Amino acid sequence: MSAAVATAERERTVTARHVGWGAIALGVVAWYLALPPILVRSFVPSVVLGVVVIGAGAWVLGRGETRLGWGAIAAGVIGAGGAVASTQSGVGHLQDVVTWSALFAAMLRFATPLLFGALGGIVSERSGVVNIGIEGMMLMGCYFGIYGADIGGSWVIGLLVAMVAGGVLALVHAAFSVTLRADQIVGGVAINLLAVGITGYLYVDHYGDQGTPDDVSRVPDVTLPLIKDIPFVGDAIGKTNLMTWLAILLAIGLAVFLFRTPQGLRLRSVGEHPRAAETVGLSVIRTRYLAVIASGVLAALGGAYLSIGFLGSFNQNLTAGRGYIALAVVICGRWRPGGALAFACLFGFSSAVAQRLPTFSDSGAVLFQALPYVLTIIVVAGVIGRSRPPAAIGQPYTRE
Amino acid sequence: MSAVDEPLAGGALGEPGPEGGGQTSAARLAAYVQGGGVIVPLLTVVLAFLAGGLVILVTGHNPISTYKAIFNGTGLNWLLPWTSSADRPAAALNLQQTLILTVPLILTGLAVAFAFRCGLFNIGGQGQYLMGSYAAVWAGSSFAGMAHFPHVIVAALAAAFVGALWAGIAGLLKATVGANEVISTIMLNYTAIYVGDYLFGLGGPLQNGAQRSVPVSNDIVPGAKLHVFWGDPELQGLHIGIFVALLALVVFWVVLNRSTTGYEVRAVGLNPEAARSSGMSVARNYLLVMAVCGFFAGLAGAMDVLGWQFRIATNDIDISQIGFYGIAVALLGRNTAVGTFFAALLFGGLLSGTSQRNLDPTIFEPELASNLTTIIQGLVVLFVSADVLVISILRSGRRLMPWRRSRS
Repeated sequence: MSAAVATAERERTVTARHVGWGAIALGVVAWYLALPPILVRSFVPSVVLGVVVIGAGAWVLGRGETRLGWGAIAAGVIGAGGAVASTQSGVGHLQDVVTWSALFAAMLRFATPLLFGALGGIVSERSGVVNIGIEGMMLMGCYFGIYGADIGGSWVIGLLVAMVAGGVLALVHAAFSVTLRADQIVGGVAINLLAVGITGYLYVDHYGDQGTPDDVSRVPDVTLPLIKDIPFVGDAIGKTNLMTWLAILLAIGLAVFLFRTPQGLRLRSVGEHPRAAETVGLSVIRTRYLAVIASGVLAALGGAYLSIGFLGSFNQNLTAGRGYIALAVVICGRWRPGGALAFACLFGFSSAVAQRLPTFSDSGAVLFQALPYVLTIIVVAGVIGRSRPPAAIGQPYTRE
Repeated sequence: MSAVDEPLAGGALGEPGPEGGGQTSAARLAAYVQGGGVIVPLLTVVLAFLAGGLVILVTGHNPISTYKAIFNGTGLNWLLPWTSSADRPAAALNLQQTLILTVPLILTGLAVAFAFRCGLFNIGGQGQYLMGSYAAVWAGSSFAGMAHFPHVIVAALAAAFVGALWAGIAGLLKATVGANEVISTIMLNYTAIYVGDYLFGLGGPLQNGAQRSVPVSNDIVPGAKLHVFWGDPELQGLHIGIFVALLALVVFWVVLNRSTTGYEVRAVGLNPEAARSSGMSVARNYLLVMAVCGFFAGLAGAMDVLGWQFRIATNDIDISQIGFYGIAVALLGRNTAVGTFFAALLFGGLLSGTSQRNLDPTIFEPELASNLTTIIQGLVVLFVSADVLVISILRSGRRLMPWRRSRS
């Protein structure tokens, strides 16, 4: 094939991708029209837009961009359908649910622990160690965060104690899965059971019936002096918890580390082809230990955010499956920090909406919370593009 | 094991490469857990209990009196000849509780074990159990006029089929597009929780019709309740579900070891590529096995609902862990029928022995003890994950532990 033909082919694909992304954006707009503050009370414009989006999606599909094509078609259907539903419901209800700045702020609150957990998952799994134990490591951070803040009298100590606790549990996971070459999924299941037992035991033993104290030191919110007075932005991010900013910075930092530094490349090569990595002089064992411990520390930070950043209290099994949503974030975000940030925000947004949905229907709001799990099933099924894990994931490594 | 086992096990022995040869983790486990005998699991349990005792000691309690109180809480002292006749009635009540809990543990244990034997890791027992219990409570609270026996059968089968369908989603995805069953079953677990919260929550379609402010299902009608054959039905006596569970163990063993289906399942579990080249349909086996697993787990849900719960509250859904315990049961029981039975009895005893109702609170706080149970289970699973290593070392011929060679 000549170079010119290849270039033409590439250009065609690029055009198709632009159209695809544009169509998805239009699908969002279709719904947005029917929501506050615009509040178009007729569904005609949205449906017309939706049909256009679906048509564009089909065209993109025809160009071989399957993932984007189906994405655009889904965006068209959801956008138009959502708009029709919105025009059918009362303006008062809509304004109760859709307050964009408040939704955005709530999204960040819900996304923060997921993002910490997901970053932990990415570090561990990029090194080739499956980490189902994210849930347990988060739970450790949850309890030890508030315990440290209570005993030490400061949230800083709380965070440090949480990080140590998460790191220690992760060390157990590393010892079993790297040194003992135990099955990593079974080990992760064990880690989760252990964390529920340990934190529950210590909580009952130490705090008993009274529960954690009300006046425990909490991670402060960051008030941005100038930004907080800007109308929309101020309400959304003017007063956000310090941990949220930390999580976003860590996501950027991890992306740079993984894809722009030699150490990051080494970490990824250990997860993709450990034998080759070892051949060029890297220590697979050491890298995996460090990665798993780092993942425990990160996950524990997410847990600590729940107890001393967000709630200010602890209860048995407080994480209640958030670690598994974090796992879902890792998979949907394709083991990339940027993808994780996007999906943590998406799932955080769905939680934020679910929190307000009872205005319409109690039971519908409950069902909405299952969204992250269902979406993950769809993603692992490869319907919207396959998500490929690191090649050597889950396989114990033996030195020759 | 049976004669059918020999060629398969022999074929597997030569196989394991230095890194497990790219097999799934479940496949590796399935291959390894057939050896090792009874010593390794027993050691695992002893170690876990010792570590648990350490936790008790460190937090300022007496491990010996605590374990003694838990043992009495299990009611297993009823079996001891020297238990005084004054203690016997209480022990009998406790033992009934233990056996009631053993029933779903056997069934969810089988749901995990059967998948393991086919090289699949079914973490979704919890979701399948929950979906089954929803179906059971629906069928049990509907059809009020039905006769007792058919009603029980209908409710139990409805539960089993819904469980099979739920697990079948993961099986179908694995069979058709190769979606990782670990991930899909985890996600199906949480989806099932929210489905239950939706069905029985405020305003949900199956919420109690008489009490609109309580998030609970309707009670099942008396005709759908399982017969209680030991103890007082009013005090949660032992229901006939135990026989269903025992029957399931027999069916599991027969299907796995004495049928063509079971042979295929084990062949696929040991080496899917070899099974495929000998003409077996790997995809069909994956789907079938997951459905059967869901069938077992759904049945577990039915036994609990029809046997002693009689209704489902959304609070119970959120804290239910039976399906997760099934993983520990299967792993400790080495995915065999006999092993699953004893592991289920052990964990059933632990659960009932540390419950509010059975544990003497003057010796050890039940709230602490139930967490102790979870710690012990976690340790058991952790140690089992490593004993896979012990056996793999034995099999790959390294003489790290020569004293064990004669046993395996």
